[in-house]
Amino acid sequence: MGRDTENLTQPAITGEQLRLLEKLCNAVAVSGDERQVRRLVMDQIKPYVKEMRIDALGNLLASQEKDSQKPLEVMLAAHMDEVGFMLTAEDDREDGIYRFELVGGIDPRWLAGKPVVVGPNHQKGVIGCKAIHLTTAEERRNAFTVEGLRVDLGGGGAKVGEWGTFATPFQKLGGSIRAKALDDRVGVATLIELLKYDYPQVNLEVAFTVQEEVGLRGAKVAAHALNPDLAIVVDCTFAYDLPLQEEDSFYAPENERYNTRLGFGAAIYLADRATISDPRLVAHFVRTAEEKGIPYQFRQAGAGATDAGAIHLQRSGIPSISISVPGRYLHTPASIVRISDWENTLRLIYHALQTLTVDILKSDR
Amino acid sequence: MKELLKDLVEIPAPSGYENQVRNYIRQSIEPLVDEIRVDSMGNLLAVRRKNGAMRLMLVAHMDEIGLMVTHIDRQGFARFVSLGGVMPIHCVGGRVRFLNGVQGVIGVEKNPTSYEIPPLEKLFIDVGAANAEECPLRIGDVAVFERPFLDLGKRAVSKAMDDRVGVAVLIETLRRMEKSEFEIYFVFSVQEEVGVRGATVAAFGVEPDLGLAVDVTATGDTPKGHKMEVRLGAGPAVKIRDAGMLADPRIIHWMVQTAEKAKIPYQREILEFGGTDARAIQLSRSGVPAGVLSIPCRYVHAPSEMVDMEDVENAVKLLLRLLQTPPRLDSHS
Repeated sequence: MGRDTENLTQPAITGEQLRLLEKLCNAVAVSGDERQVRRLVMDQIKPYVKEMRIDALGNLLASQEKDSQKPLEVMLAAHMDEVGFMLTAEDDREDGIYRFELVGGIDPRWLAGKPVVVGPNHQKGVIGCKAIHLTTAEERRNAFTVEGLRVDLGGGGAKVGEWGTFATPFQKLGGSIRAKALDDRVGVATLIELLKYDYPQVNLEVAFTVQEEVGLRGAKVAAHALNPDLAIVVDCTFAYDLPLQEEDSFYAPENERYNTRLGFGAAIYLADRATISDPRLVAHFVRTAEEKGIPYQFRQAGAGATDAGAIHLQRSGIPSISISVPGRYLHTPASIVRISDWENTLRLIYHALQTLTVDILKSDR
Repeated sequence: MKELLKDLVEIPAPSGYENQVRNYIRQSIEPLVDEIRVDSMGNLLAVRRKNGAMRLMLVAHMDEIGLMVTHIDRQGFARFVSLGGVMPIHCVGGRVRFLNGVQGVIGVEKNPTSYEIPPLEKLFIDVGAANAEECPLRIGDVAVFERPFLDLGKRAVSKAMDDRVGVAVLIETLRRMEKSEFEIYFVFSVQEEVGVRGATVAAFGVEPDLGLAVDVTATGDTPKGHKMEVRLGAGPAVKIRDAGMLADPRIIHWMVQTAEKAKIPYQREILEFGGTDARAIQLSRSGVPAGVLSIPCRYVHAPSEMVDMEDVENAVKLLLRLLQTPPRLDSHS
């Protein structure tokens, strides 16, 4: 059984949180049909929120009981959707062979031969490809294209327009988790946990967003509606912290473009493709981490984007920052996240919210 | 105006870190305006009130392109990414200055098979440190090109002409203007170089009736340069279009007519790439008539950008005349 959170001085990842993350990761919520995850979230947060509603795009917006004495409205956002595919044509109804298109960024090289689930009832299937006996050496050198692959459900029953994704079940591996859709179910689970606590200066407004993987679409309208004083986005960012293979340098090769590293703690964003984090928020998170002794790292600036890219540009501007749990192999059938990194991310945001005051917006950006 | 321009271009203010130049501008114009404030993203908004008049948003961006450190290696070299459109061809051998004062030089990995221009990933900053421990940089530190103002008489050269020359035009306009026919929001915007982000939120807040950006544009007057009409010294340019917007025909007409009447030289500008804060204004809320007064500039986004001081002076003159003669926005004819 999970420990009673009321008696803890800070949040922790225990069996309770892991079981919830398992349910969230195993649910199917490809961009455009996030219902399964949304239902799970609604059940979880009901005891901790005063209000919740689903907006026109499907975002779940919830807030704690408003205390007019608290001067800061803070938006927390994590996206419910995951990358996957949509069935686009029935090649053979009786055989259950379907063409499909990708939803969100997936490298087509990771598709062939992967077990998948399709539709609201999780119909099982596989993305088939030619057996090795039938291929030529030339064919084996070339990557498969989406156009050349089919989803095989072993029989009819699915409908064109239904969404599907990889079928990898959640698995705990020592101090790590292997699952599909950790991007961003780990963020969703973090938000659920943060809603259980009270923050002295902060009214929490939480957005579980849709359609992040197809262009930050849900967060855009959610932030316009909530119009908070500032926003914190919780996501899962890629870690490419593997040893380098190349040996063409005078010095021993050093991996310089890891983005983030597993085991190094919560990843604080400085800048990505879509957002330059508010430097006042960066300073607040760094100070919090150092005072509380919570491991953190800076996510390397560069490619990739989070819901903050849409949020910070709404209305007259919303100071924003993203904090991520690092994950290896994102947007493939199986990603890996360290439980310690998740816990450190959760704790960092919790403590940052505890000490956040309205003064942060009064200082010079 | 050269002194003002020199001061402005030499202040380091890469996208997202504009506070030094913002403070300079604020001090320069505070006595000249009715109201001044900084919004949540860092845009500086200065207002000249006029009750019942059309509300005009004038914008020039404060930020310049820059670099951000992503990694310090064991030997003390810093890897970086760009903030805005930094081109590798302008980097190798260049010098940079960080906001904390640290200076360095950009080096490049040896490539035994090619003399092609390397991508930014192959470049690094050397601040003279012997190893990682000695390196005074941290991940996330930001830098700009180090290149002082160069006075060539009629013409001036520096980093960050894009868009401090626009900032200088707005400040000089404020200094010289007596009264105008508009309520004017002078907006000094942030984060233009990373996607007109500051102007997006500023325009939402200002809710203008019309908008005008003052920014640089490329020229076609260098050897085998861009195929375009604009050249240095032939006057400020009235933007017809760029990759980000089609300027409002009513605004184009207003600018052209005003320049003709005042006998101020001007050029018609078609830019096949690029974009300005005017795009953000045009698409704000329910849409806003918008245009651009462009300052012709050679070598945009290189560490040495060149403008002609007569073009700059004529831009101020044209802007002052525009403020006396509001356009007709009631018809699309």
